[in-house]
Amino acid sequence: MRGIADRRRVVLLVGTRKGAFIYYGDAARARWKLDGPHHLGEIVNHLVLDPRDGETMLMAARAGHLGPTIFRSTDFGRTWTEAVQPPAFPKAASGEKGRAVDFTFWLSPGHRNEPGAWYAGASPPALFRSEDGGATWRSIDSFNNHPMYDKWNRPGEGAPDGAQLSWVTIDPRNAAHFYLVSSNGGLFETTDRGISWKPLNKGVEANFMPDPYPEYGQDVHALRMHPAMPDRLYQQNHCGIYRLDRPGDTWVRIGNNMPRDIGDIGFGIVVHPRDPNVAWVFPMDGTTVWPRTSPDGRPAVYRTRNAGSNWTRQDRGLPREHAWFTVKRQAFCADDCDPVGIYFGTTSGELWMSPNEGQSWRLIAAHLPHIYSVEAATLP
Amino acid sequence: MRVTIPSPLRSYTHGESEVSASGATMDELLRGLDRAYPGIRFRMIDEQDRIRQHIRLFVNREPVLSLDCVLHDYDEVQIICALSGG
Repeated sequence: MRGIADRRRVVLLVGTRKGAFIYYGDAARARWKLDGPHHLGEIVNHLVLDPRDGETMLMAARAGHLGPTIFRSTDFGRTWTEAVQPPAFPKAASGEKGRAVDFTFWLSPGHRNEPGAWYAGASPPALFRSEDGGATWRSIDSFNNHPMYDKWNRPGEGAPDGAQLSWVTIDPRNAAHFYLVSSNGGLFETTDRGISWKPLNKGVEANFMPDPYPEYGQDVHALRMHPAMPDRLYQQNHCGIYRLDRPGDTWVRIGNNMPRDIGDIGFGIVVHPRDPNVAWVFPMDGTTVWPRTSPDGRPAVYRTRNAGSNWTRQDRGLPREHAWFTVKRQAFCADDCDPVGIYFGTTSGELWMSPNEGQSWRLIAAHLPHIYSVEAATLP
Repeated sequence: MRVTIPSPLRSYTHGESEVSASGATMDELLRGLDRAYPGIRFRMIDEQDRIRQHIRLFVNREPVLSLDCVLHDYDEVQIICALSGG
């Protein structure tokens, strides 16, 4: 039963391979009203609401034939305008082969004390910042032109659609302190607003490298900082589930505590908005040729209540068999209601939710296009 | 001169499949188009002034591979989206 005092409405922002879809929940999160599709046919990697004003949305889009752009709405999706200057690398000097953004993969609102500031992560891996609500963007050259850029990012390798930068995660206590993920390089940290960077991957396995525990080169699929305890980080990695409590610098593989027959491979990870010991993962099959589908065709979420010491299977309401779900890294999220709602979208176009912190699951929508991202926002 | 606009770009031209534009080169023509229809150029041409992978430009039905291509008022320009994946 949902807390009587918590009657806020949840909105789900769903990015798909064929456009964006917005679902408005009722106060009980029992019925969902569809608004969309928005920009049908555009590949939407990420659709994010600005929590600082509660109505500005940015959409990272690219159609199959066309170059990448950012669509902006300041009226909750009723109307859209296009960024005047989307994320793009500086023009190269004459005779040099410059880089071009293939697509924008990630969008993060800036620190709450920096209204209008946003970060974007692109493919090839690159970081961009906007100061004007996403209208214009500039390259963060301290990362994009870092002397270690090629070694840290290996831009020609990696993910099927291209290596990308993601999970720009800002410390709520300090706008100058944030993390980012490069899909071929692992996690990187800055404490001076992006002037300098250092890898933060100690203890994280990279079993596809000659040195399985390198300084950088790991494949972080998802990063979560606990909002109430920002020194606690969780990551779902290509090689397992990890936790790091700062100021420590060595990750602990909490995925070793997952059931052996399930393993600890997956794309997304979600944290409880208030309890830093609670997190959820969506395991996928990382054996043999890496099917990246629910193990044994039986989808389930696993929850820890003790920061990863133990994990409990949560599958009530999900298909019991022959359900080969794949849930991408940005398609697994939580709201901040009480009890917490958990949401995921599948590559087969199903949108699922749990209204009770994973105890039971129900289908919100089916027959959507391939889902790339799901974000939950709470309205007053 | 007349410029044919493919369907993926007609959201910029208010649905028009053909518009008028001018320019002494293809680069000038596309920059002019962008002034009239903001954003349209970047979706065809990347930040290094390269024609994007699935865009094809034709002048009088002949393919154009460089933005330096010289144009005349009587030329007919076609912008075409090449075949791409689903």
